[in-house]
Amino acid sequence: MAEIIANEGGGKSHGKKRAKKHSTHIDMTPMVDLMSLLITFFMLTTAFSKPKVMEIILPEKDPIENNENEDQAEFIGSRTLNLILSGDDKVYYYVGKPPMNDEDVATIQTKFQKTDYSKDGIRKIVLKMNMLLYEKVDSATQNVITGKSKISQDSLLSLIKNFKKTDKKGPLVMIKADKKAKYKNIVDVIDEMSICNVARYAIVDINKYEEKLIILAPK
Amino acid sequence: MAKLKVKHSTPHIDMTPMVDLFTLLLTFFMLTTSFKPTEAVIVDTPNSISETTAPDKNMMMIFISKDNKLYYSFDNGKDSTSHVRVKVLEEMGKQYGVNFTEKEKEEFEKLGSFGVKMEDMKKWINSKDATERGKYNTGIPYDSTDNQLNKWVLYTRFHNQTVQAAVKGDALADYETAKKVFDILLDNKLNKFNLTTNLEKVEIKVSDYK
Repeated sequence: MAEIIANEGGGKSHGKKRAKKHSTHIDMTPMVDLMSLLITFFMLTTAFSKPKVMEIILPEKDPIENNENEDQAEFIGSRTLNLILSGDDKVYYYVGKPPMNDEDVATIQTKFQKTDYSKDGIRKIVLKMNMLLYEKVDSATQNVITGKSKISQDSLLSLIKNFKKTDKKGPLVMIKADKKAKYKNIVDVIDEMSICNVARYAIVDINKYEEKLIILAPK
Repeated sequence: MAKLKVKHSTPHIDMTPMVDLFTLLLTFFMLTTSFKPTEAVIVDTPNSISETTAPDKNMMMIFISKDNKLYYSFDNGKDSTSHVRVKVLEEMGKQYGVNFTEKEKEEFEKLGSFGVKMEDMKKWINSKDATERGKYNTGIPYDSTDNQLNKWVLYTRFHNQTVQAAVKGDALADYETAKKVFDILLDNKLNKFNLTTNLEKVEIKVSDYK
């Protein structure tokens, strides 16, 4: 197909000097080289240019009627972890019910602590509270990866979902951000929740007593 | 006995089928690649571990820039025959007393994300090039007195009920602005949406945390 057979047998008059009959081959190697390069480029760019997304579900603004939902977790003080995000990548946290008056502020102030977004920061705190669930999910995932349990990806996901639903010990994380917080901070915290496999977390508005706590907090 | 004559010739591999195949593949990839649409603003998204990829169709996206301005983009829906973009633009024009010609509507359908006030929309569409267009990209108003973004979202939802929302915020944008965007989405009964992020892998050793 790509061979061009050149007819060079026309030189009769030269007597002995006979032109050799040979076909001219076009060397396609450089062309192939270039093409494979281009193909690799296009293949890689198509696969990587897809942006990644993180799904977030917010509570509806005016819930119609909170009918008796079994999924509704009980509001237990000792399980409630409040994370308060502030400017300059600061995170404050305390365990317990949010303050409703100045007296509460005084009691919470003693356990109001500062942390950061590093892996020894909130991750440590959250993971400590959520260790039971985390290990459960982690071992299930590991079993699937190593091939110990042969279930499909979908059933693994529903298994994890079920773990989360029936979880009774893990923290209820309340994520609150003040005016100085950056968008990055909130994404980081939500991400931290999914890293630590936290079953229940919500983004809620900060109340004025908590804002007071931030001011009172040690710098 | 006939003598067996061994032919001495350099083995030549015929590369023609290979080239054929490569050309085919190249054409395929070149045609299927959709290059990133030009975005009105550069947004540096935060990182997360999420590996879900964004849907490439039937989307509306709100961009939050570093300086807390909002930009918006939406597509024609599941298939371009529904002309969602044109319908929404007409609706917005009616709301703000701007009349668009057929040519302008057609032009708008081709354009991508924008951060233009309705007052400047006509000028934006009729701009010759991207630099001229950039002048009108001052961010869509979203305060309570003139919440144009809310209207955009509302009419997009009205003409395309199955549309999925995504927020692409800059890491350094304020949470307050993001909250306002979330509120706009919640006002339009969209409480499940996506946040665009960059993938970042995280390894956890349980023993470190015990």
